[in-house]
Amino acid sequence: MKVAYWPGCVSRGFTPELHGSMAKIAPMLDIELVELDRACCSGAGVIAEHNQELADTLNARTFALAQQVEGADLMMNICSTCQGAQGECQERLDASAEYRGHVNETLAKYNLEYRAGLANKNFLWVLVEEFGLDNLRERVQRPLTNLKVGPFYGCYIVRPTDRLGIDDENPRDTYLGLVIEALGGTVIDYAGSHKCCGFPIITMNKEASLKQAGRHLGDAVDADADCLVTPCPLCHLNLDLQQPLAERTVGRELNMPVLHLPQLVGLALGVDPKDLGLSRHVVKPTAVVDWSTSVVAGVGAGDGAGW
Amino acid sequence: MAAEPLTTEGAEASPAHSDHSEPFTLRIRRYDPESGDAPYWVEHTIELEPHRSVLEGILQAKGRFDGSIGIRCSCKAAICGSCGVRINGQPGLACHTHLDKAKRTSKDGVIEIEPMGNMPVIKDLIVDMDAVHWKKVQRVTPWLINKEPIPEREYIVDRESMVDVTQTMACIQCGACVSDCLAMEVDPLFIGPAALAKSYRFVGDPRDAQQYERLKDLAEDPHGIYDCTHCFKCIEACPKGVAPMNQIMRLRRRAGTDYHIVDRNNGERHEAAFVQLIKNYGLLWEAELLPRSYGGPSWFGKFHPAAGQELLSSLPVITKSVLRRKVTPMGALKPHKIPAEDLKQVKEIYETVEGRDQRLEFNLYISGTDENNDGPVSERVEATGDANAEDNA
Ligand code: SF4
Ligand code: SF4
Ligand code: FES
Repeated sequence: MKVAYWPGCVSRGFTPELHGSMAKIAPMLDIELVELDRACCSGAGVIAEHNQELADTLNARTFALAQQVEGADLMMNICSTCQGAQGECQERLDASAEYRGHVNETLAKYNLEYRAGLANKNFLWVLVEEFGLDNLRERVQRPLTNLKVGPFYGCYIVRPTDRLGIDDENPRDTYLGLVIEALGGTVIDYAGSHKCCGFPIITMNKEASLKQAGRHLGDAVDADADCLVTPCPLCHLNLDLQQPLAERTVGRELNMPVLHLPQLVGLALGVDPKDLGLSRHVVKPTAVVDWSTSVVAGVGAGDGAGW
Repeated sequence: MAAEPLTTEGAEASPAHSDHSEPFTLRIRRYDPESGDAPYWVEHTIELEPHRSVLEGILQAKGRFDGSIGIRCSCKAAICGSCGVRINGQPGLACHTHLDKAKRTSKDGVIEIEPMGNMPVIKDLIVDMDAVHWKKVQRVTPWLINKEPIPEREYIVDRESMVDVTQTMACIQCGACVSDCLAMEVDPLFIGPAALAKSYRFVGDPRDAQQYERLKDLAEDPHGIYDCTHCFKCIEACPKGVAPMNQIMRLRRRAGTDYHIVDRNNGERHEAAFVQLIKNYGLLWEAELLPRSYGGPSWFGKFHPAAGQELLSSLPVITKSVLRRKVTPMGALKPHKIPAEDLKQVKEIYETVEGRDQRLEFNLYISGTDENNDGPVSERVEATGDANAEDNA
């Protein structure tokens, strides 16, 4: 399938291994990525906090660009926060023709128009709803046998449930577990899976922010997880990049590797961990690759290869 | 997101709104701090029609099996806000949750009922609302501070500004949002969703004389408006659609954009830096965000003592990530940009929207969606007093 692809800012800035691993595995899942390189940041909720109409207009521009991608089935993102921030704007734009008209007026100058009803899905949703778990199971080359994975969703992709279309038919707040199982891994149930990583207040209340990250990581350690997996690069920043500080804040050793969703999928599809950027994390994912001797050597070697 | 088609109940399910009683098993958490015993769980099976409430189930268990079960309730109609509990881990009103739905969302067919979170338990399902919830509500001066001179007769207020605060007025003080607040879980001093929603009730009211003082106070408090982690829990928890988080964002908007309150929590600076970076580059440039959030939006800001301190305390993290080549020097030091032509569009959009006389805000709670409204949009928007127009007073 062909998708209008929105990678987000963080996946190209602080967590380039996310964008890279997505690009690596897309062809293996028959996904053609047409990158929306003209679009701007979704605002991550912060622009909306500053001026709602501004956020709505900037994102309407992105949606309009996505609708111009010839032959694309939908728009796809790889960031929970973008999913949530764009979804919030889209809800308002789709709700009222009058409001949408007002926003489109600003875009008319650039020959852009957002038409209501664009499907914008996170890679996680695409994986389960479009590609399908059976298909995924068939493509697994190296099942994640004995790997105990704790899901970490990120707030923006699980709440509010009605805006995100989470219901009995599409239990999107359970998809990570389904994917982990389809890849042959074991799902670890722990208290923090649907909670907040703390990132949004890292510059405002650092202690509370790191306490959140530390607590969830600690809960995952206690539940005996080998690693966490997340569809959100911002969660990744607080859980992985800040983990040394989170350890200090909660006063315990954590050492919990945190993988991006495309990395976990890529491992099971047989991609070399190095090519998935697994050596770039702050917390080395040694526990993750222990399960298969064939890959241990590649991790952490850091010979500079990659994208 | 496309609207989900309406589905009919599965044929195998019992007919909706059955008049026949069915057995439901409740698992209730019991705890009496005064007894000195640890909390424990009890199970009771009650019989009621499936559309009856969890509260009725608890009351039946209390009547038939054990009169000592502690539960607070009054109206049984989702009005008084006294029956807040956690059902299968989710906060809500016991009188407003159907037994059949509660059973469907349970893990093992047994409906699990616990007291609300973030507040101390008095007994069983009764929590101490005074110690947490009411104390925090009192914290925000929850009454109107009159503008002087007080008019001889009533104040005249335009409809728009009252429509703007109606959402916060829907609050029944049940505490469900407080129960689930993730910032409060790690920072008990956080003022919290219910009290901050209440605060917007007055900050948004043109009759109030001390909007600036209120905002200044909430922005400067290290546990105030900038302590919310934007987790949506309170929006999800609230049975009345108050969306406390949205009200907190409106408080921030007022404090930062309207009153230019530069707070000691870097809240305003962070927002301003973020918004400005997107205007300049189209994409977020994280390496710049941190120093600017602490030191203000200029290059010199980086030498602001707070920025220096922050960089120092982040040093182990930054060196580690550079060592692992997570952040390549090039990647971190060079802003990633969108093409010049597109950046120009983005800048123009900023100028157009920020150049408006009034900030527009489309509030779905008030305006609803086209699908849920009869008649032409223009009529409806007029009829609701056009909630878009926010009072910038
Ligand atoms: S959005 Fe903010 S106020 Fe609401 S529950 Fe989360 S942290 Fe608390
Ligand atoms: S905002 Fe909603 S959940 Fe919170 S106390 Fe008020 S009614 Fe209850
Ligand atoms: S008993 Fe009044 S709200 Fe439930």
